[in-house]
Amino acid sequence: MTAQMLVQLPLLVAAGWLLFHAMPARVLARVDRWNHCGIAGLVLATVVSIFWMLPRSLDAATSHPLMAAAKYLSVPLLIGLPFAVSWPRMGFVVRGVFLVEFVATFFRLGWLYLISPIRLCNNYALNDQQRLGGYMLAIGGGLLVWLMAKLLWGRFESPSNTDLTPAPVPQQ
Amino acid sequence: MTVLRTSLASAVFLLAGGAALAAATDGFQAFTTETARRVAVRRSPVELPAVALESQSGARFTLADLRGKWLLVDFIYTRCPTFCAVLGGDFAQLERQLAGPIAQGRVQLLSISFDPTRDPPAQLAAYLGRFRSRDQGWQAARPLTADGLQSVTAEFGITVIPDRLGGYTHNAAIHLVDPEGRLVDIFDLGDVDRIRETVLRSLGR
Repeated sequence: MTAQMLVQLPLLVAAGWLLFHAMPARVLARVDRWNHCGIAGLVLATVVSIFWMLPRSLDAATSHPLMAAAKYLSVPLLIGLPFAVSWPRMGFVVRGVFLVEFVATFFRLGWLYLISPIRLCNNYALNDQQRLGGYMLAIGGGLLVWLMAKLLWGRFESPSNTDLTPAPVPQQ
Repeated sequence: MTVLRTSLASAVFLLAGGAALAAATDGFQAFTTETARRVAVRRSPVELPAVALESQSGARFTLADLRGKWLLVDFIYTRCPTFCAVLGGDFAQLERQLAGPIAQGRVQLLSISFDPTRDPPAQLAAYLGRFRSRDQGWQAARPLTADGLQSVTAEFGITVIPDRLGGYTHNAAIHLVDPEGRLVDIFDLGDVDRIRETVLRSLGR
């Protein structure tokens, strides 16, 4: 359970992120027209992440080969790739909301795994679940410290395009 | 236009995602596999395979031979220090509380071992003895073949994972099988009152 959630899933997301660098510029330019401030991509990545956060989905991906295949395809293509495409487009506020929510998710899930007296996955033992909970709290804490440090002492460059300026009003 | 298109794309992702999540959780009821199998059997009962079993007295029978009675079934291994002891305690209580219908041959309790090689009849008898079972309405049994074990755990939805101490982690629950041999309901361990009420209500129908 720990290996699946803290090693395998992040690696699959990273694979999608790497795929972004192999995308032709023409395709990315077309996607941009549908992805103002990276919002659409963030929504897609978030919705698919929620699906793979269901204990039931992870259980099924361990028990059923079809679900495993769905995981290996959807996590890079529908989480890693859209997120990589969208991150450079996101403004300060969107990034901030995402990061705080990301940290909060580690705390929420970590706490749930740590205190739940029942097993959330039939494929994993309770001590595995509790160990994962502990790790997730630690990671959430680490991310929070990093975020605070960045806020206090970090430098913020604005996004590479002009998304923060209002869109030009079309002439009648 | 970019803003409009982005809103449209986001709305489509949200709707499709919401629909996928609803489908994946049986309408936001079942977030874990354990809840999912309970929701599933209540909606459509599962026909059980006629698996060959050997009881604590060495008698051989199949699940199909028990048709005509309401069955309460749990899955155990006799060396189990945790859940199976609780399940056994529940079954001991149910055996006493349902003594009437059991004596009439309308209800039977059955503990199936998922560790047949280390649970021969003598071990099964010792397991029942630990709960002072009166050995009439409560039988313990082991599947006779590996295929039988595989099919019975698969149909009931039992996942067994070996731990590193020679024991097993397994989902523990009490299963209700109707006289037609179909799995119709699954209860939490410890839920003795509700199980008794459900069985009595089913008998009254």
